[in-house]
Amino acid sequence: MSLNTKTALEIGQMIKNKGISSVEATKEMLANIKARDKKVNAYVTVLEDEAVAQAEGVQAKIDKGELKTPLAGVPMAIKDNICTKDILTTCGSHMLYNFKPPYNATVSDKLAESGAVVLGKLNMDEFAMGGSTETSYFGPTGNPWDVTRVPGGSSGGSAAAVAARECTYALGSDTGGSIRQPCSFCGVSGIKPTYGAVSRYGLVAFASSLDQIGPVGRDIKDCAEILTMISGHDPKDSTSIKRPAFDFSACFDGDLKGMKIGIPVNYFGKGLDEDVKKPVLEAADTLKKLGAEIEEFTMDIVDYAIPTYYVLACAEASSNLSRYDGIKYGYRRKDCEDLLDVYYTSRNEGFGMEVKRRIMLGSFVLSSGYYDAYYKKGLQIRGLIKKSFDEAFEKYDMILSPVAPTTAYKIGENSSDPLKMYLGDIYTVSINLAGIPAVSIPCGFGKNGMPVGLQLIGNVFDEPKLVKAAHAFQKITDFHTRMPEMAEEGGNK
Amino acid sequence: MNYQIVVGLEVHVELSTKSKIFCSCTTEFGGEPNTHVCPVCSGMPGVLPVLNKKVVEFAVRAGLATNCEITRFNKFDRKNYFYPDLPKAYQVSQLYLPICRNGKVEIEVDGEKKYIGIHEIHMEEDAGKLVHDPWDDCTLVDYNRCGVPLLEIVSEPDFRSAEEVVAYLTKLRETMMYLGVSDCKMQEGSMRADVNISVMPMGSTKFGTRTEMKNMNSFKAIYRAIKYESKRQIEVLESGGVVTQETRRWDDNKDASFAMRSKENAQDYRYFPEPDLLPIEISEEWIDNAKKTMPELPEAKRARYMSEFGLSEYDASVITAERQIAYLFEDATAICRKPKEVCNLVMGELMRLMSDTGTLAEELEIDPQKVADIIELIDSGKINRNVGKEVFEAVFKENVDPVKYVEEKGLMMLDDDSLVEDTIDEVIKNNPKSIEDLKAGKDKAKGFLVGQTMKALKGKANPQTVNKILNEKLAEILK
Repeated sequence: MSLNTKTALEIGQMIKNKGISSVEATKEMLANIKARDKKVNAYVTVLEDEAVAQAEGVQAKIDKGELKTPLAGVPMAIKDNICTKDILTTCGSHMLYNFKPPYNATVSDKLAESGAVVLGKLNMDEFAMGGSTETSYFGPTGNPWDVTRVPGGSSGGSAAAVAARECTYALGSDTGGSIRQPCSFCGVSGIKPTYGAVSRYGLVAFASSLDQIGPVGRDIKDCAEILTMISGHDPKDSTSIKRPAFDFSACFDGDLKGMKIGIPVNYFGKGLDEDVKKPVLEAADTLKKLGAEIEEFTMDIVDYAIPTYYVLACAEASSNLSRYDGIKYGYRRKDCEDLLDVYYTSRNEGFGMEVKRRIMLGSFVLSSGYYDAYYKKGLQIRGLIKKSFDEAFEKYDMILSPVAPTTAYKIGENSSDPLKMYLGDIYTVSINLAGIPAVSIPCGFGKNGMPVGLQLIGNVFDEPKLVKAAHAFQKITDFHTRMPEMAEEGGNK
Repeated sequence: MNYQIVVGLEVHVELSTKSKIFCSCTTEFGGEPNTHVCPVCSGMPGVLPVLNKKVVEFAVRAGLATNCEITRFNKFDRKNYFYPDLPKAYQVSQLYLPICRNGKVEIEVDGEKKYIGIHEIHMEEDAGKLVHDPWDDCTLVDYNRCGVPLLEIVSEPDFRSAEEVVAYLTKLRETMMYLGVSDCKMQEGSMRADVNISVMPMGSTKFGTRTEMKNMNSFKAIYRAIKYESKRQIEVLESGGVVTQETRRWDDNKDASFAMRSKENAQDYRYFPEPDLLPIEISEEWIDNAKKTMPELPEAKRARYMSEFGLSEYDASVITAERQIAYLFEDATAICRKPKEVCNLVMGELMRLMSDTGTLAEELEIDPQKVADIIELIDSGKINRNVGKEVFEAVFKENVDPVKYVEEKGLMMLDDDSLVEDTIDEVIKNNPKSIEDLKAGKDKAKGFLVGQTMKALKGKANPQTVNKILNEKLAEILK
């Protein structure tokens, strides 16, 4: 049987109806991985035997009626910066190439409780720093639509694996667009949740005040279900917020009457590819047809989003990454002269260029004499960005924008130009700075045949509104059901 | 030229919470290396801190006891520095909004009182410990202490002598112990101080360049280090030199300090707000509650012991010097209502036994009821004072029950006057020399006869009865 056209929820239903067993579903995904991942390189670690064993266990529980969650038994995969006990968690870095955490991330525990079957760990930009998955120590991931192109990043492995049907859904993490942009590049759906909605305990920190774990799936309904599963207050994460669980039950009627959507004109100016602009504006029209009111407005502050983001994110990263010393765990250079040499050489050989660049940038903006000029100013602008979003949400239910200025580019095309790479984050970083949620869903294709994503941005904990609009859109469009050739029936041959 | 010494202190106090500041590991001292650790305090990738609320409570208490303003809106900051005993490579501390500010502590030296300003008190986590193994010539890391909560109490540079510093430290230690905030065990490093010293010409108002000595954990060493370092600075200035701002290491064995790190090599800690912890807001209600539940501090206790129980100033200050002893005194007094007797027993026997056996106050496990029982036994004439001391020693050493002990050992006083009389007759008969002495006017001999009588009666006689009967007999003989 082929599960290519099935969503995670559909597969979960099939398992419940005994149309397929969890083991069969798992084996099919493992076969897909075997056939396709040489080209795609979405996985750092494949848990072949473990996944089958886990599926057997979960199936037994389902049969006994002990496990009734909608996604019980459905095979999935996890970005490699989320800790999984005794299973490699590399962050795509040489520094952690052999690191097996002694504990589980809270989301890993939640997945296990809900009967998820973990197929493996997914490739990513090193320590989630990058937008193309090219900075991974384990080599770049290819975009399943064209493996000579990047899948986006940093959750490139997550988006590529879902697009290539090498898993039914995945967890990613988003610090400045790391879920949304790869979803856009690979034609899949994803949610960057409100900061504090999902526990960060066990997510290896890049920029603590911006990082959020979120779902990547075949459609927004899957994503909503996954988010329900992984969200909620965690006593182990002080920044996770106590509030009632998400309720998406009223989100799937397809009716958008009375919904007000703002379009910030600043997001559609210079630098945006025509290839992206056209489908995004068409998507706005589609939403209008569904009953939404669309209105343009200006939001000048977003011009400062990129510098602000890079100052703050790198500052936090420089602190978060100083613990990797080659002594306690991870990569250690042998044959060193003395302790200092162990530190220097291990860090020098363990970290890649992009990570080093950000550590240096972050150390600089925090150093005495520069703190006020950079970090402190960054915090102030962050406050202003939040304020302008607050003002926008007084008028609109949500904001519509592109996810990225371009479609997926060729591997190697931008990797020598960090500034150009950073500019690719222009539409996504301000959402993290404001701590608000956004979804990314497929809305068309460029002339090069590569997918284009649409971003819907909401107020804090307005995920249900975003899901409602995204679902209404997906109900009458088919961009999200299209799949790359390699994933089609017989794609394994 | 005469010089004025100027000293400022940064005192670190380890808090006696059960668990660490950001995880549930125990704070207990000792333990096999790296057994009181978890992913959080060993800084594993991906972990997050969760604040132990008790730390905030203790910090507020310490702040109130040192007359500080309590900061209502608190934040933590990261202090970044790379060192093998700090597994995250940053210490969570408070730079911008410390929990307590602008306090003062009154001290007294040679009858003169003065206030020492408290600049701030902030909360932070302790680092681990490096252990050098001379046999294998390697250094090992023990993370047990990582994440043990600390208060850093930063004074103003208000000290003008080593004596003032010691008076302040003594007061601070006493206060923290009474608050139950810290056990302040110097030898275990749960109280330690960074000492900043400078000198300036007498009468000047411009401070000289200071040097710092870090992590000093004995009052004696601090005292000597201040004496030494101020003298060294004066000598530098007198010989036309300049004092360099630097960190110096005090070597208590060599009785000298040595330069470690100059200002040019000073660390840049790259402080920034800790993103993993939310700000803490302290409400008025919280502070009121802390005020209400504040234990009585030693100064107040001393005053009360003098007015309420009629103790001398000296006795009151000895008894209040250690919290455990003060509580023992108060609790026993509350039961038997004989403060003077309890005080005598504590001042005499308890202090002696503690010093003989090297017992620390925090190790005392004496039930105040037992102390009260002993006082009762003496007071009701069931045992005499000397037997009382013996019983107290048995309580101290073996935790016996005083009433049972007295019964089992047959220590009750004799109320059989005829036995006393017979014994005295016997003693007089056997000591003709003493009678001769008495006749010759040497009154001391009477004491000897009392002693011999008590000895023969195994101490169980009431000394008053012995004295009375002996006096009657002697009066007859000497007539």
